[in-house]
Amino acid sequence: MTAARVMVAMSGGVDSSVAAARLVEQGYEVVGVTMKLWGGESDTGCCSVSDVDDARRVAQQLGIVHHVWTFTDDFEAHVVDPYVDAHRLGRTPNPCIECNRHLKFDRMLRRAQAVGFETVATGHHARIVELPDGSGSGSGRLALARGADAAKDQSYVLYVLGQEQLARTLLPVGDLTKADVRAEAERLGLRTATKPDSQDVCFITSSAGRSGFLSRRLDLHPAEVVDAAGASVGEVEAVELVTVGQRRGLGLPGGSATRYVTEVDVPARRVRIGPPEDLQVTEVALHDMVWPAGLVEGDVMAQCSAHGIPQPAQVTSTASEGAGVTATVRFAAPQRRVAAGQSVVLYHPTADHVVGGGIVS
Amino acid sequence: MSKFPERMADVLGTPPAIAYLDHAATTPLRPEARAAMLPWLGGTFGNPSGAHAVARAARQAIDEARDTIAGVLGCAPNEVVFTGGGTEADNLAVLGVPAARPGPVLASAVEHHAVLEPLEVVGGRTVAVDRRGVVDLDALASALTPETTLVSVMTANNEVGVVQPLSDVARVVRRHAPDAVLHTDAVQGAAWLDIADVAAGADLVSVSSHKFGGPQGVGVLVVRRGTPLQPRAIGGGQERELRSGTHNVAGIVGMAAALAAKASARDEESTRVSALRDRLADGLLAEIPDAVETAGRSAVLPGTAHLTIDGVESEALLFLLDEAGVCASAASACASGAQEASHVLAAMGVPLRATAGALRLSLGWTSTDADVDRALDVVPTAVAKLRVAAGSLR
Repeated sequence: MTAARVMVAMSGGVDSSVAAARLVEQGYEVVGVTMKLWGGESDTGCCSVSDVDDARRVAQQLGIVHHVWTFTDDFEAHVVDPYVDAHRLGRTPNPCIECNRHLKFDRMLRRAQAVGFETVATGHHARIVELPDGSGSGSGRLALARGADAAKDQSYVLYVLGQEQLARTLLPVGDLTKADVRAEAERLGLRTATKPDSQDVCFITSSAGRSGFLSRRLDLHPAEVVDAAGASVGEVEAVELVTVGQRRGLGLPGGSATRYVTEVDVPARRVRIGPPEDLQVTEVALHDMVWPAGLVEGDVMAQCSAHGIPQPAQVTSTASEGAGVTATVRFAAPQRRVAAGQSVVLYHPTADHVVGGGIVS
Repeated sequence: MSKFPERMADVLGTPPAIAYLDHAATTPLRPEARAAMLPWLGGTFGNPSGAHAVARAARQAIDEARDTIAGVLGCAPNEVVFTGGGTEADNLAVLGVPAARPGPVLASAVEHHAVLEPLEVVGGRTVAVDRRGVVDLDALASALTPETTLVSVMTANNEVGVVQPLSDVARVVRRHAPDAVLHTDAVQGAAWLDIADVAAGADLVSVSSHKFGGPQGVGVLVVRRGTPLQPRAIGGGQERELRSGTHNVAGIVGMAAALAAKASARDEESTRVSALRDRLADGLLAEIPDAVETAGRSAVLPGTAHLTIDGVESEALLFLLDEAGVCASAASACASGAQEASHVLAAMGVPLRATAGALRLSLGWTSTDADVDRALDVVPTAVAKLRVAAGSLR
């Protein structure tokens, strides 16, 4: 689809600044929008006044119209509340994925369409490619491929994009490395050229931290730490903040062999630990599966964290194709267990694009 | 799409012009104000507090401006305290009275944030308004105690334009809290109403120059003699030690000229603009199904048309209006430029679903039939487009 007009989601960071600049250079009619997502405290986040300032000043420099759209209620309902609820249940959520799923690539896309913009661009490091149909020509079906900069690739947090979203999205910096992006920003004299990358969860400040944030929104409970045999070996202050795979902050005496959290049982106020081998699993069950270009079974590469190393695996859908919402991933070799609430993203075994993904049950 | 206009003529000049319907946010500078200011933006200058010819000229300019403003606002010249704008005047009132004489502070629930934020700082509480947006006099009476030190009720609301019954408010306050200071934020009201009359019962009155065709960044707090008030800005002792800081001479003379021009044109402008507003509001209500006028028109300022439009989102609507050259607003804009949910509509009991589609079109001294025509052409089309999109996207 040729898009004459593109709306760019400008966070005030260097990536979306350069994304907007590239689209302007390519001759698109570009309008910038900064999403105000979070009304509370923030270190950098996406929506502090200073980030809006940066986005607006870049837009001024590029000579494009800039608007600020408020989605704080939706962000609260679809990202922050579920984040808190997941912790209440002892899970480890990924709020960035939910933000992409519900805010950037749903709410924003719909609002853009309503005001006449079929296409939205973001500064994510990933690429949208057309899948071959086997006979050498394009299939018309799209997929999300990794960004050119392996270290900055964001395809993991974008696996939730379906065909319609992929068709309506441009990722103008996906073919650039981060160094390229900064050089481009430098060349254009953009004020965001040397702005540090955003880190961590935008609605949690470094001063209050995750525990400070959560303690204001849910009751945190101390828990007993037990070993594999069930014997009490220590205590943690807040069972809701413990993650499977964690090995620090468990109040264990030093000098002993490294132990990892293998199970978090919030109702029982119990954290179980064990040696690394207790964490090894050969399969993982996923729910809320997304299959961007249709159901896939068989060989995949499974990536279990934003910058994790993809592992060979076999995926089996555990529901009918129509409802394919759950799946089982069997790893070729035992893997460290992934905490419930995290996402496992499945890539094509050779072509390195996303074929599916879901949340660890 | 237009780029940022470099000259006002690009905004208000010949087609393709912008229909500027956001006078409640700020107004174009009146020619009288510009003419009064120009000498102070070039050859003439001076710190009015000095002891020489240059200073004396500046002093004379602000003294004359003070006389003019006092005449229009119905106070003595030495009751005029120049501030850096409406917010500063409101802050000085709401923070300064309880600092001088501690006690409970009350304000209506529909005040501007320039009153509500300092109200929170001094531990004050709000008084409910009814569905029309008018302060509930019974609730006010029961909230007042003999110890109440300050009551703040705006002259007219910035979002929906509702005019408050200030003389009734004053009567209730005097009866139940004879010692209380009555402050009114007349920032919106001063663009339309005879403040000397409507705010006669108030001890403190805030006005802001740029709402009635004066320059931005300058305002007045009328402080009636004997009103307990502690300054916020202290230093050089200007403005009877109630607001220190070197005078903004150009701003002050511009404000005075704008206020004088406003006063002499008030009746004509009110009649002319309320007719434009009526045509605009009636036209929109006729053209847009499920659009509701927020407040009864007889009780609102001549320039304000505030509607809630079912099934659209204000930000999306403002985007389309901006594209089509219509400048409008939803609720009050926050510092980042995002539109915030309206505490005014919430206080009036407007359902949340309706507040999502709030639209304020505010007319002023430069408004014309062409502006209204443009809005009547653009707004219904934009609403229809958004409703079609909402239907097909659900």
